[in-house]
Amino acid sequence: MSGRQIMTADEIRRATIRLSHEIVEKQAGTEGLMLIGIQRRGVPLARRIAAAIQESEGVEIPVGALDITFYRDDLSMVAQQPVVKGTELPSGIDGRTIILVDDVLFTGRTIRAAMDALVDFGRPQAIRLAVLVDRGHRELPIRADHVGKNVPTSREEQVRVYLEEIDAEDGVEIERPLEEGVESIP
Amino acid sequence: MTIEAVPSVAIPAVDAIPGTKPVPWRHRHLLDVAGLSAADLDLVMRTTDAMREVLARPIAKVPALRGRQVTILFYEASTRTRVSFEVAAKNLSADVVNIAAASSSVSKGESLVDTVRTIEALGAHMLVMRHSVSGAPYLAADTFGGSVLNGGDGWHAHPTQALLDLYTIRERLPGGSLEGRKVVILGDLLHSRVARSNIWTLTAAGADLWLCGPPTLVRGFEAWAGRGAASGRRFHVTTSVEEALRDADVVMALRIQRERMAAGLLPSLREYAARYGLTSERLAVARPDAIVMHPGPMNEGVEIAADVAAGVQSVITDQVTNGVAVRMAILYLLAGTHADRSGAA
Repeated sequence: MSGRQIMTADEIRRATIRLSHEIVEKQAGTEGLMLIGIQRRGVPLARRIAAAIQESEGVEIPVGALDITFYRDDLSMVAQQPVVKGTELPSGIDGRTIILVDDVLFTGRTIRAAMDALVDFGRPQAIRLAVLVDRGHRELPIRADHVGKNVPTSREEQVRVYLEEIDAEDGVEIERPLEEGVESIP
Repeated sequence: MTIEAVPSVAIPAVDAIPGTKPVPWRHRHLLDVAGLSAADLDLVMRTTDAMREVLARPIAKVPALRGRQVTILFYEASTRTRVSFEVAAKNLSADVVNIAAASSSVSKGESLVDTVRTIEALGAHMLVMRHSVSGAPYLAADTFGGSVLNGGDGWHAHPTQALLDLYTIRERLPGGSLEGRKVVILGDLLHSRVARSNIWTLTAAGADLWLCGPPTLVRGFEAWAGRGAASGRRFHVTTSVEEALRDADVVMALRIQRERMAAGLLPSLREYAARYGLTSERLAVARPDAIVMHPGPMNEGVEIAADVAAGVQSVITDQVTNGVAVRMAILYLLAGTHADRSGAA
C-alpha cells in the first residue's frame, strides 16, 4: 500500500458488520435475501456480509458472483479487453431481494451494467446496493442503499480497496495518480 | 440452431487463482494458431470458460459487441462453422452480415481484394472468412481495416477448430492438462487444415501427438516431424492404426473425401474403412476412458463407425457446443484490438 489510508482493517470489519445489520433491518428479516458481489472485490465483501448475517441471525444467505465485463459501456474505449472473471449465481433470482455488493461506488456505470446483467437472469423482487466506500462523482442517477463509509474525493484521485482474500491485507487508501488519463474503473 | 443442452460448467472461482495475471491479447487477426503463445492459448481457454457460462444462462446473450458488424464471407461450403460463427456473434449482440460467395458479386468476377474493400465500406468491423486457397485470409488482412478471422483456408489452417478441440480435450481430461497425454489424429492428414492447426496447439499444450493414416495421406509429415523435433514440437507419424491407438487418451478421426479416390490416393472407401476406419474393435486398445472426436461433417461407416460416433466415449456434440463458446471468446478478444475504429471513443 502506498497512499493515504482512509480505512483500517478494523474499520472495514465494523463497517461490514453494520452493513449486515442494515440489510437485515431494511428487509425486516432475511426472507428472500441474496447477496451478489460484483467481481472482483465485491465478491469477498458479499461473503463477509453473509458471514456477519449468519453470526447475528443464524441464517445462511446465498452468495453469488457477478462479472459485468460483457455489459460495460466503455469496451470500445479500452485498448485491451478486460479479463473475464466469471459469473456464478447460487440459484434463480426471480422474486428475491438482491443486494448488489461492490467495494467502491464512483460513477455508477458499474452498477448500471450490473443491473443490466441481473435482469437477464430473471426478475428480482427488488435490487438494492451496498458498497464499502462511496466516493461521489456519479454520472448516472444511482445511489447506494447501504454505505460503509462516505469519502469525499476529487475526480482524479484513486480509491483502492485491499481485501485479505485477494490482496493479503485489509485497508482502503486514497492516492493521486502519477500520470494523466489513468482512471480507475470503479 | 439453438444451444439447449449445455452441460453445467464449473466456473473457476477468481479467488482460486491468486497471483495469476493473464497476458493481454495482442493479436488483431486470427489467421493461424502458429503465432499464439501458450499464454495466449490460456487466455482463450479462460475466456471460453466465461462464454460457456453465458451459454448456460436463461438468456444466452450479452451486449459485449453491440454496435459491431461481423461479416461472414464463405467461399466454400460449410454449415457448422458458418452457423457457429453466426450464433457466436449474435450471442455477443453483434450485427451479422452473411455473404455466400456463390450468390454474390464474386460470381461476376469481383476480386477478393475488391470484395473485402466493399465489405469494409459497408461498415464491417470483423471479417470471418473461409476460402479454398491457402493464405487467402492473409491477403484479406492486408486490405481490411478491422480484424480478419480465418474460418478455414485451403489445406493450411482452421484456427477456431483447433482451439475448440483443445478446449474440449482440456475439459475432458482429468486436471485439464494434455502434458504427456497420447493424442491421435487419424485419417486424411494430407488435405486437412484441421490437422495442421491441431498439430500446433496440441504440441504447444504438451501432448504426445501421433498422426496416423495410409501412406499416401500422411506423406510429408515425417519431414515436418523431423524439423519440429528441433524446436521442441514433437510428434510421431505412423501408418499402423494399432500402434497409434494403443493406450491413446484422445482419438480424433478426420473426414475422408470422395475426391481423394479420383486422385488415386485411395483404392476405395471400403478399403479405407476396413483398414483405417475407427471401429469399436480398434478403439479397444486405447485407454478405456479415451475420448473420440471428429471435426465433422462425418462419413459414418467410412472413417468412423456409427456406434463409435454415437458412443459414450464420443465428445463430438461437445465439440459443436464448445465451438460456439470458443468463437465468442475469439470475437470478444479480437474486438478489443481495433477499438479506434468503432467511433464510440
